[in-house]
Amino acid sequence: MTTVTPDALSSTRPEVVGLSPWAWAKKNLFSDWFNSLLTVVLVTILGWFIFRLANWALTTAQWQVIPNNVGLFMTGTYPSSLYARVWALLAMICLLAGLSWGVLSRNLSTLFSRNVLIGLGVVCAFIVLFPPTRPSSLKLLPMVAIVAGMAAIGRQAGRQRPGIGNWVSLLWFLSYFVALWLIGGGLGLTPVSTNDWGGLMLTLLAAVSGIALCFPLGLMLALGRRSALPVVRWLSTVYIEVVRGVPLVAFLFMGQVLIPLFLPVGTRPDRVLRAIIALALFSAAYLAENVRAGLQAVPRGQREAAMSLGLNTPATLGLIILPQALKIAIPAIVGQFISLFQDTTLLAIVGLAELLGIGRSILANPSYLGRYAEVYLFLGVIYWFFCYAMSLASRKIEDKLNTDER
Amino acid sequence: MRKSGLLAAGLGLTMVACGGDIDTATNGGEAGSSGGSRMNVVEQRGQLICGVDGGIPGFSFLDDTGSYSGLDVDVCRAVAAAVFGDADAVEYRRLDSTERFTALAGGEVDMLSRNTTWTISRDTSVGLEFAPTTFYDGQGMMVRTDSGITTLEDFEGKAVCVETGTTTELNLTDQMRQLNVDFEPVVFQDADAAYAAYDEGRCEGMTSDKSQLIARQSTLPDPNAHMLLEVTMSKEPLGPATLNNDSTWFDVVKWVTFGLMQAEEFGITSENIDSFKGSEDPNIARFLGEEGTLGSDMGLPNDFMYQVISQVGNYAEIFDRNLGSGSQFNLERGQNALWTDGGLLYSPPFR
Repeated sequence: MTTVTPDALSSTRPEVVGLSPWAWAKKNLFSDWFNSLLTVVLVTILGWFIFRLANWALTTAQWQVIPNNVGLFMTGTYPSSLYARVWALLAMICLLAGLSWGVLSRNLSTLFSRNVLIGLGVVCAFIVLFPPTRPSSLKLLPMVAIVAGMAAIGRQAGRQRPGIGNWVSLLWFLSYFVALWLIGGGLGLTPVSTNDWGGLMLTLLAAVSGIALCFPLGLMLALGRRSALPVVRWLSTVYIEVVRGVPLVAFLFMGQVLIPLFLPVGTRPDRVLRAIIALALFSAAYLAENVRAGLQAVPRGQREAAMSLGLNTPATLGLIILPQALKIAIPAIVGQFISLFQDTTLLAIVGLAELLGIGRSILANPSYLGRYAEVYLFLGVIYWFFCYAMSLASRKIEDKLNTDER
Repeated sequence: MRKSGLLAAGLGLTMVACGGDIDTATNGGEAGSSGGSRMNVVEQRGQLICGVDGGIPGFSFLDDTGSYSGLDVDVCRAVAAAVFGDADAVEYRRLDSTERFTALAGGEVDMLSRNTTWTISRDTSVGLEFAPTTFYDGQGMMVRTDSGITTLEDFEGKAVCVETGTTTELNLTDQMRQLNVDFEPVVFQDADAAYAAYDEGRCEGMTSDKSQLIARQSTLPDPNAHMLLEVTMSKEPLGPATLNNDSTWFDVVKWVTFGLMQAEEFGITSENIDSFKGSEDPNIARFLGEEGTLGSDMGLPNDFMYQVISQVGNYAEIFDRNLGSGSQFNLERGQNALWTDGGLLYSPPFR
């Protein structure tokens, strides 16, 4: 394997950093008359659009619907007397996020580089200035401090004990159950019916649970479809093709409406759980095909080599095939996760008060009638934020796992 | 090799996660009861599960404090007050218009209070039992004042926005077929989307119940640029509903609803109810449970109407608060006035 130094790498690429803004614009925007025309037309359209949007946002729009209902948007009808539990949950997530960040960047020379500091500053300023978050800034700012503090601790710990990464994964896994306990109560906390779980909290919970459930299921289906055992292969194929042929809404309605008709009255599972299972079963079929694509991209020789080394089937799969296949499939898998996250909006149609559903209820409040644009724009930004975060994370993972030079 | 190990470890973890998730969050289960009335189920649970829409202005929505309000919601609260003496002992289930009947049939909810129009097919083949109408509505048509449309015949070749899965959609089709008008229905799952589309000019007309049209008109950017046509396409008696073949439970919902109207007729409100205590009038004494056994005959506390009126109010209070002069809609009582005032609300005697 040859080592490619950064210098050698950059010399093969065109140098664009040194261009002055004017020269850059001339090269990229006004290289000939057609491109110039295109630039002028597009910039005019874009400028007009942004002007109209800003004009609307600053003059016509009535934003008080957002800050007045922050609690509803975030947690739905969750009892406000128990908000402390949601804050504790957020603190736990911040703690783990900071720790993971620190451990993952243990090999970087500086943790708080200039860009990171700017980012933290922007987040803090945003929390203090943005009206919906301003009232809670005394709670949100410590959260940022927790993330930063834990990052520093995690980096130290990661340097001293490199194996700590596995423990952090375990903590994330355990935190899922702590989160369910904090939200749902029981074991010493006041129970909260899932009927009162709502807003962004329910959206995230449904998405995370759906992802956690659909991944192993999809993986097994993908392996099953390539299995040498005919019955397993047929069953997997039939499942995948049937589920992919049914729209998700139909699946959700089946979960909410049909299942209770089949089961006796006493054994009806919770409707949030039903929705999550429907989401996971649906996504698993798509995920299985993504993983299968990854499996097919792994050269046959890999398996044969592993077999000839005397590895049994689980070891071949777990140590040789899957690590390579999943690495190839990461963009498609994350794409599926993002689409699952967006599919949670369909839960509003089956009557769960997730982020979009709660938006609908708030819009029916006579005080905020007709504030669609404001509410839907706000919701859109929230969805975009989480989807973009997922896609950024997937790129980071790809970079991290991209060990072979191509 | 180290990285692949990590990946495999993560894989194992998620697989365990799949097993651990199933048994969490299974609360809200029903106290099982095969046969018997829904009444027993409700009483055992200690809470009423009421199916509402959750997104209809004036009927059910979430207010700033995160609690449900509206006319439909107040009917649920009244039933809870009658059964438990506590109007807050309600759990609201948000139901889509397409799933509301299956939810009721499947026992997801004890009753529907969700802008449901009383029709013969719903009463017979769908298997519902309709309590007295709490709101008399009729389907109307909203157009732009400058569109030149004054009758339904003017819709030849024009588009009309309508919500799907409702009687509104069927009425519109029926009416237009009768008039032999070839129009283009533009169907939406959600009312918000339908009104937004009308506002953008995708349709020349917007049809819905008149109460909804008036409520929504006030929120359009220029309310005066729109008007309601002088046409009523349907009768829309909206009221609560329960499941067929359960008279015990149906009677409770029915008579609590009647009680709201009867209280208005007596002039009993949540504010002055205590002055009626110990009333000489035997009708009022029976109504408030100080004489007779009207409540206990139904399996309710004898003072059930006292609890309902003191906690929720009579029909007039409920109407004014949610739709009438106490709200920004300022709807006229119209058909929803008492029979003594020329309206359609008429309660059989409480005796």
